[in-house]
Amino acid sequence: MNKVVAVLIFWTFFIPSAFAADIKVGFVTTLTTPAAVIGNDMKNAVNLALKHLGGKAGAHNIEVVFGDDGFAPDTGKQVTDRLLKQDKVDIIAGYIWSHVLLASRKSVLDAGKILISSNAGPSQMAGKLCHENFFSASWQNNQTPMAMGEVFNREGIKSLYIMAPNYAAGKDMVAGIERTFNGQVIGKDLTKWGADAQLDFSAELAKAKVSGADGLFVFYPGAASGAFTKQYHQAGLKDLLPLYSVFTIDGISLPKLQAANFSGIVGSKVTQQWDPSLNNQANKKFVTDFKEQFGKYPSFYAAQSYDTINMIASAIMAVDGNMSDMAGLRSALKSANYNSLRGKYSYGNNNFPIQNFYLREVVEDSDGNWTTEVVDTVFKNHQDPFAAECKLK
Amino acid sequence: MDYTLLLIQVLNGLQLGVLLFLVASGLTLVFGILDFVNLAHGSIYMLGAFICASLTYVLESYLLAIVLSLPIIGIIGYVFELFLARPLYARDHLDHVLGTFGAILVIDTAAHLIWGPAGIAIPLPDYLDGQISIAENIEIPTFRLLIIVVGLTAAFGLLWLVNFTRLGMLIRAGASNRTMVAALGINIRSLFAIVFALGATLAGLAGMLIAPITEASLGMGNNIIITAFVVIIVGGIGSVKGAFVAALLIGLIDTLGRAFLDDLFKIFMSTTAAENSAPAISSMSIYLIMALILSFKPKGLFPPRLR
Repeated sequence: MNKVVAVLIFWTFFIPSAFAADIKVGFVTTLTTPAAVIGNDMKNAVNLALKHLGGKAGAHNIEVVFGDDGFAPDTGKQVTDRLLKQDKVDIIAGYIWSHVLLASRKSVLDAGKILISSNAGPSQMAGKLCHENFFSASWQNNQTPMAMGEVFNREGIKSLYIMAPNYAAGKDMVAGIERTFNGQVIGKDLTKWGADAQLDFSAELAKAKVSGADGLFVFYPGAASGAFTKQYHQAGLKDLLPLYSVFTIDGISLPKLQAANFSGIVGSKVTQQWDPSLNNQANKKFVTDFKEQFGKYPSFYAAQSYDTINMIASAIMAVDGNMSDMAGLRSALKSANYNSLRGKYSYGNNNFPIQNFYLREVVEDSDGNWTTEVVDTVFKNHQDPFAAECKLK
Repeated sequence: MDYTLLLIQVLNGLQLGVLLFLVASGLTLVFGILDFVNLAHGSIYMLGAFICASLTYVLESYLLAIVLSLPIIGIIGYVFELFLARPLYARDHLDHVLGTFGAILVIDTAAHLIWGPAGIAIPLPDYLDGQISIAENIEIPTFRLLIIVVGLTAAFGLLWLVNFTRLGMLIRAGASNRTMVAALGINIRSLFAIVFALGATLAGLAGMLIAPITEASLGMGNNIIITAFVVIIVGGIGSVKGAFVAALLIGLIDTLGRAFLDDLFKIFMSTTAAENSAPAISSMSIYLIMALILSFKPKGLFPPRLR
């Protein structure tokens, strides 16, 4: 026992000083529960980003410490605290889930560190809870469904039935679609979410079927998307009630949907700020190398995680590794001066991106794999609707 | 139109109910007769789903996979009883909880290592993948109807086994007074092992039936086990009949709550308030029912006599 303590003391006091030049990045994602499919995709992208950077930002080594939120806000907060206090990271990034990010934000911001979301974009943190040290490398939750609502208006869809999980992001998605969609929302269901999420949607699909809506709009990210799509097909809704979705049919679910041969998915349309087909140098390199290394298309989660690491690296270089120069870090992050996979974008007053949103269509590529490609630009330089509520200038 | 929707939702509730019964029946037998709290019962349910999914891809037939998976799960249950449950029988309930909770962690992590975190979708044969029209304007997915039929068959088979066979007589006797059964010269150990394996097989069957709908996924067992405990407590611990009635009741309340609560709330509150409160209330509805029933019948609906 004493030996163990001695080794631990040695670790804490002597070893870190040997790597004093290293900059530690904490990266919180989901590595257990079925949602780990997303977490693993993000982890792969982070490691690919580090590989492309040679593990360095300028002269400084970057070390990424991963934390597992277990798909639960309380675990997410605990792991965030551990990264801050025990691993003493300089920056915290990651976060798939809005409720996990909302639970963890205070720990990071109170510690005076930079917090970067690689995915979650809860409305609260874009508006009243915005903070000078919080940046989004992705989008604000409402934006992607807002783009979808705009698509509905263009396509002349008059009425919708909506289904989403009952948590922070699910509510933002519903609010987003209602903000831009000019037609009528005939019915909506918010279903239980989390590690014990509801995955049998029999009651909700039966209601949607008799609702007489023109379309069904859903948001079921990660593992739930496979279960949902399957039941949608089994319920025979394909010809009755066309399916529209955000964050549901993506690089994570497409291989599985293809394996189960749900051919109805090909041709379906989703909105997003990024796509593997986007034509810029950084994106081409990322998609090619990712496919080569992991044998599948990267998901948007992967793309945003790759962006996160490059964004952090650009900020580290700007302050030359002086992580206590908060003002320098902030202005470097805010300039978005790195080769983002989505192309050039800028930051609004609330540190959320002002960026394009594309309409993507599910297609079969030349190798016979299902993927998406951009068919239209829905919004150009779009800013989230909560920026006005944020007190930052 | 409203009545057809109601009927469809009742069928959906029935489908959830029979699945719950398959899981709860094993739990109630083991808890009632062996006086053993098996939290890992849900992990067997998950194993059923994963094994059946893997076999479906190997054999390229879902039905064949089920037929082969059932004895495999039975054997897993038997081995589980032999090595994990049996040494714990003499201990108190807290040790059962600790031991089987450990088993959950081991089985879940093993499943993560073997099958990965993504879960496996089971493709259904075409004749099960469509819809079936059971009356004018009433269509339900064929597979959900199959779940109801298989589940009810298993339920009535089990009720018959428990009520009208010699094995069932021993099981009921064991639930009432274990010591007396042993004193009468019945090999209580092998009876226990059979009951355990039977319970595991039923839970595994439930997992195999749900997997084509929700996919075989990690932690799916921990999700259902809590509801299964609610079922056996409402039904009366140790009573198969009680588990059956309670499972259908809970299945119906859960489904109908999800389906109609928001419309019901809209009658007396604003649309926004109804939309916000309905999902919250419907996810706690089964616990409200449990509290209500236990306040009138503290031992559940059909408690076995003379424990």
